[in-house]
Amino acid sequence: MLLIIGSNTTEAHPVAATFMKNAVQKGTRLIVIDPRKHPLTDFAELHAPIKVGSDIALLNGLMNIIISTDRYDQKFVNSCTVDFDKLRAKVSEYPAEKAAEICGIPVEMIYDLADRLTSVNPVMLCYTLGITEHTCGTNNVFCVANLQMLLGNMGKESGGVNPLRGQNNVQGACDMGALPNVFPAYQKVIDPASRRKFCEAWQVDSLPDTNGLMMPQMMEALVDKKVRGFYIFGENLANSEPDIRKVEHELASAEFMVVQDIFLNETTRFAHVVLPAAAWSEKDGTYTNSERRVNRVRAVSKPPGDAKPDWWIFKQIAKRFGQNWSSDSAQQIWDNEISVLAPSLTGIKYNRLEGDGLQWPCTSEDHSGTCILHKDGEFTCGLGVFTPVDWTAPAEVPDEQYPFMLSTGRRLTHYHTRTQTGRCEGLNDILGEETADISFEDAAQLGISDGEIVKVSSRRGEVKVKAKITHQVPKGLVWMAFHFRENCANWLTNPVFDPISYTAEYKACAVKIEKIQTEK
Amino acid sequence: MTKQLININGRMLSFEKKQTILEVAEKNGIYIPTLCHLKGATPTGACRICVVELEGARTLLGACSTPAASNMVVNTESPKVIKARRLTLELMLSSGNHNCAIGAGERTDWTQFQLKANKDDGSEDICPVWGDCKLQELAYAYQVAVTPGQDSACAYPMELENPLIVRDASRCILCGRCVQACNEIQVNKAISFGYRGKEAKIIAAGDRPLIESDCVFCGECVQVCPVGALVEKKARFKWRPWKAEKVRTTCPYCGVGCQLWLHVQDGRIVKVTGVDDGAPNQGRLCVKGRFGYDFIYSEDRLKTPLIRKNGELQEASWDEALDLVAEKFKQIISQSGPDAVAGVACARSISEDSYNMQKLFRAVFKTNNIDHCART
Repeated sequence: MLLIIGSNTTEAHPVAATFMKNAVQKGTRLIVIDPRKHPLTDFAELHAPIKVGSDIALLNGLMNIIISTDRYDQKFVNSCTVDFDKLRAKVSEYPAEKAAEICGIPVEMIYDLADRLTSVNPVMLCYTLGITEHTCGTNNVFCVANLQMLLGNMGKESGGVNPLRGQNNVQGACDMGALPNVFPAYQKVIDPASRRKFCEAWQVDSLPDTNGLMMPQMMEALVDKKVRGFYIFGENLANSEPDIRKVEHELASAEFMVVQDIFLNETTRFAHVVLPAAAWSEKDGTYTNSERRVNRVRAVSKPPGDAKPDWWIFKQIAKRFGQNWSSDSAQQIWDNEISVLAPSLTGIKYNRLEGDGLQWPCTSEDHSGTCILHKDGEFTCGLGVFTPVDWTAPAEVPDEQYPFMLSTGRRLTHYHTRTQTGRCEGLNDILGEETADISFEDAAQLGISDGEIVKVSSRRGEVKVKAKITHQVPKGLVWMAFHFRENCANWLTNPVFDPISYTAEYKACAVKIEKIQTEK
Repeated sequence: MTKQLININGRMLSFEKKQTILEVAEKNGIYIPTLCHLKGATPTGACRICVVELEGARTLLGACSTPAASNMVVNTESPKVIKARRLTLELMLSSGNHNCAIGAGERTDWTQFQLKANKDDGSEDICPVWGDCKLQELAYAYQVAVTPGQDSACAYPMELENPLIVRDASRCILCGRCVQACNEIQVNKAISFGYRGKEAKIIAAGDRPLIESDCVFCGECVQVCPVGALVEKKARFKWRPWKAEKVRTTCPYCGVGCQLWLHVQDGRIVKVTGVDDGAPNQGRLCVKGRFGYDFIYSEDRLKTPLIRKNGELQEASWDEALDLVAEKFKQIISQSGPDAVAGVACARSISEDSYNMQKLFRAVFKTNNIDHCART
């Protein structure tokens, strides 16, 4: 059985979705939990259309039913987990009726879901940004992990908690330690032993011993000048971050800003120096996908003009600070540094990546990689820890002034701020503009017809955008993407963050929709 | 239990339950030609190219749809089989613009035929899939030529109005691979067989152009088309298999990590296809992976470092730009400490780039203010 929660898989991970659809055609059961009736729901035996941001209420309600009717995996819970009592106590505060009310679905549907989820083992759970892009994003993740441990669905083929990652190499960028708290392979910067190891490898006397700032904190620090020099590599923050006006104010406050990219974009307007980089097919290297598979990327053409590989640019800056880094190709960086310093990548060398790549952990050069983590209930930290969490509402919910919930996401044909897909012949012909997707009921009530240009506004901004009336969206919800600058959803989104992950609440803010009065 | 054995071309071969004659033959290196057969999809037996002779059977059987059974005696290239395949190929070739040399055969109206095909194509070039066409390959192998006067014109015009995909019914042999790819592999359910008999055609949304249908332009149909009925618009008349080099790489978009073949001609990517049997995508791609490659050739690409002077970004040399970055960062760090600089790495670029950037921030600038968009 597949349980897909907070993932618009056919649009955001289209090829992964084809395998889900194939599985359904061959008899696998599919349950989708999502506010929208997105295309994958056509293949589901049950779609639970919960309200935006009510995931924890639903999952706690489900776990309450499952525990109180003794239908959880007692053997797994007893032998592979801790803190079950804490979970039981917490979810007992979520009777099905309460959960149903918060989620806006019938109480029978929650009992039905519990029946279905306990009728088969394993269940594979996949989630995407519908889980994480909330002020309660971290708690949402704890909650799906709680459910999967409770049902004994961890560490098994066709089971597990599977986040489908949004960018081609977001896994790799994390693995490389492009995070404020860890070196490559998640070795903590606050750990003196890790620092010693990297001091030796990098031939430096010291390394900083406190966690750094997370991206939203960096940007806020630009305004009060705590951060004075800002270096942006391949991100179009002026379009991709919530509340564009706020973001642009922050970027404009930077005393000195370097942007390294392949195009001028909305962000380079604020740059003091722009460095031209080689693109995807112009350099050798690796990406690591959602299943931790390290794959080769190969150069087939030369960068235009004077554009250079990004690793080379960083190396030249280091040189100007008196550090001469010896690695002089992506392969040397990987083989001689990364795989030497990252224990989970030790066995991965370029000469082993000619075919289908290798999934980490891969701890020696005769190790064939690891497809499934936490096998036989053995978690990285030993026993799996239940982390009970409470439901909290999104930071901003509809009210009289802004009566609609805006949720945002990605559409199939374009990628993020469209700096790349917008420059590919044919793609704009398929999707050439943004729409605000609304329900038939709301359209009728507001007197809006399909294709009409309407004004959507939040406390932060407004956009004029074409209305698209669709059965995918329930009453009370507006759904938009952030592919087009002029009516980008991020003019409206709320810059509030999960307190642990600092992930922004892209999935929920309050807006109003107005007809545009035309002069007669 | 005694081993189940089938006799193919005189070889005694073991097989597993539910294996077809085709699968047993392929596993043992015996070649049986196919056109409609699509791995991973239900066999349709539509094209009749894979017919084989089974001792004791009245008719020839499709190897792709006949399960292997004990004591079967199969001949894959008997005179009867070859005759049947030649007839099938002749019928396929006799309708539409199969204007490779094999289509010439003994025809006397070759020039007229070529001119008509050129007119339909809107090009004086040879067929867009010349050298990459299963029908052409088989017609050569079985030395099939069209008998003059036998061929008939296709009733349907070329569909050029779609972005990305050109549909040419005249070159379609109705093998149905595209229909299977759409319905069984990608499961987008956008195309199906329409009309009947001589009028038969692959249709979308009640016979409308793809752009007006449920088609999501994944292009799986193009990838599986064995002939020139479905062609990538951007590669049409540009890509030629004998000129192109195939290089394997990883898709630059979402986190699935699909494996791509880049078809490279004169240092330029001219087309992208999925790596069949490669993990994780088994040859499948989406619209971005297959068609979202040409941004790298955009005239908008940054070609030189830029430095803002008097409010304008102006061209500079690498030394000027890098010296300025180093000088400014040194100045800020010496005045306000290392934590007064911060950096955002890129989740789209290669790992080696991210590694060097975090190394620059930690080992050189001495700050852990390094992050990327993983949290958003």
